[in-house]
Amino acid sequence: MNKIKKITALIIFGFLGLQYTFIAQAQESQKDNTKIQTNNNSKNKTTMNKAIKFEFQALPYSYDALEPYIDKLTVEIHYSKHYKAYYNNFLIAIKDTEMESMNIKEIFRNISKYPMAARNNSGGYFNHTFYWESMKAKGGGLPTGKLSKAIIKTFNSFDEFKKQFSDAGKTRFGSGWAWLSLDDKGNLFVCSTPNQDNPLMDIAEKKGNPLLTMDVWEHAYYLKYQNKRADYIDAFWNVVNWDEVAKRYENALKSLSTK
Amino acid sequence: MKFELPKLPYDLNQLEPVITAKTFEFHYGKHHQAYVNNLNNLVPGTKFENATLETIIKESDGGIFNNAAQIWNHTFYFMSFAPNAGGEPKGKLAELITRDFGSFAEFKDKFAKAATTLFGSGWAWLVINKEGKLEITQESNAGCPLKHGLKPLLTIDVWEHAYYIDYQNRRPDYIAAFWNIVDWKVIEERL
Repeated sequence: MNKIKKITALIIFGFLGLQYTFIAQAQESQKDNTKIQTNNNSKNKTTMNKAIKFEFQALPYSYDALEPYIDKLTVEIHYSKHYKAYYNNFLIAIKDTEMESMNIKEIFRNISKYPMAARNNSGGYFNHTFYWESMKAKGGGLPTGKLSKAIIKTFNSFDEFKKQFSDAGKTRFGSGWAWLSLDDKGNLFVCSTPNQDNPLMDIAEKKGNPLLTMDVWEHAYYLKYQNKRADYIDAFWNVVNWDEVAKRYENALKSLSTK
Repeated sequence: MKFELPKLPYDLNQLEPVITAKTFEFHYGKHHQAYVNNLNNLVPGTKFENATLETIIKESDGGIFNNAAQIWNHTFYFMSFAPNAGGEPKGKLAELITRDFGSFAEFKDKFAKAATTLFGSGWAWLVINKEGKLEITQESNAGCPLKHGLKPLLTIDVWEHAYYIDYQNRRPDYIAAFWNIVDWKVIEERL
């Protein structure tokens, strides 16, 4: 009797587990598109090929939410001017091309095939979206749970990780980004990319699924920090949204295990 | 040989409103100075210890190249300006511009376009190429025409630090204003 109960329970939990995995994967694949939603409601066939809708992501906090670490004016110009320009130019760059019906990660996996305007603006659009969501008001502190363990396992300590990530930002000559990513073997790594490139692009020196990013274009910090990029990098750690980074880590692990 | 920050032939507020004293304070006083300091720290013990800046630019790469070329580029850029300058080039330079671009207006358009479209950090240049013709080029980051055997005549810095305090994201406004401080006499002497 007990055995039957146990087996029934296992089956039910197994089923729920599968359901959960399915839902999680569906959410992950939506994430994959960086909040890009598939428009299933298109009525006529001609628009079906252009089903992907790329969105201008709402800033998840107010312009002054990251003060004093990143000032209001910087966030306002960075978001409403630079990010907006990348978004608009991205739409122009993919208009009437096959990229219109691809999700952003597919575009990146094939970016070497496309013109520089597509590379620069798809990167500019995605990287900034990812950056806004990497931060929050009253952020900072330390990562927890699985992510924390993985960071310590890979870098020996959180401080060593912070140092490597900060150095990636400090030593990027010219414009670019610092990244923490997960490679396809499930290992964390730190790198930097020039201009608007990112680790999802097929041209990246080291490829992986990004978890955390920091913008080191001068426009990200110049109004407040001018030539002192290192001070901006030190301040950045106070606004990191570790919950979001942890979520990305879980999703990246899941997408590895379903490959 | 120690590299030094060059003295500028104008006061730091004299190019206002095109470039403000505050921008100079950082661009010249901090960025340019940092490239000088970095290079002075990098060359001892290398084959470039007694080399000229030009030789280093032609023969080095990596950090030494970046700092050497950025010293040279910034000096070349800052030395192109004068208060109450602008206008149009005269004499030989004017002739060459008309010969190779059709008109001064067309040259300005092309140069401005090169400066506007340089993606990321870098420089737009007017150079004399190996065939003796004027040409407009773009260089990323610390890129310098000397490296390719070209003769530079004019440059505009489009690293964001060159204009962000004064113009923020409006790079085209900075480029439009730039023409008001170009000292064409200096540019012609570079021919």
